[in-house]
Amino acid sequence: MIQVLFFAQVRELLGTAKVEHSSANIRTAEELRAALAATDDKWAKVLTSDKLLVAVNQTISQWDTQIKAGDEVAFFPPVTGG
Amino acid sequence: MNGETIIRVQTHDFSVSDEYALLANDNQDGAVVNFIGKVRDFNDGSAVTDLTLEHYPGMTESVLSQICQQARARWPLNNVTIIHRVGTMALGEQIVFIGVTSAHRKAAFAACEFLIDFLKTKAPFWKLEANETGSKWVEARDSDEQAAKMWQK
Repeated sequence: MIQVLFFAQVRELLGTAKVEHSSANIRTAEELRAALAATDDKWAKVLTSDKLLVAVNQTISQWDTQIKAGDEVAFFPPVTGG
Repeated sequence: MNGETIIRVQTHDFSVSDEYALLANDNQDGAVVNFIGKVRDFNDGSAVTDLTLEHYPGMTESVLSQICQQARARWPLNNVTIIHRVGTMALGEQIVFIGVTSAHRKAAFAACEFLIDFLKTKAPFWKLEANETGSKWVEARDSDEQAAKMWQK
């Protein structure tokens, strides 16, 4: 399984902070995003935003980053701290 | 020089004088630079009543630690402190403390600015701003991204 986390407005719009997703047929961050976006129209809209960022195992990553079972993958908007 | 790095993510407020005393305890340092970020009253034209900071526990600490290492690789620093609050803060409250010490001022000024520029664009914190009519997520600013890019030259 892949642990999937959502933060800030992504979490708020999806109405969930965490889901588990099967790692079967998921090779990259982009494939995970596409699989989650297929949930329904709301998830498609939130997860196809061109501003969406992805972190794999707590490191900001590219969409072609490899993913395997046991990884933690987080989706969130651009950061605004400080 | 092989000073101490302190990184804290916390809900409670911090004391600038206590943090200064901790930072400035080494007589080889001639320069101490502090930056304090606060909740301000207007953002994009609406009056802010309070601010809620969300973060990604674990990744936040790891990114802050990485940017401290990058600053130490660029400048001869001694002590470095980064404190960032999370949770809900009222107008005027302190959000973030950055402190660096060095033998001389130029390294301390530059490193402090580098750390806040990188914190703002790399560390996974998000601001939810509340005003009289409701709340909205703060948008990332291109000017912050430009400020961080300037250090890559």
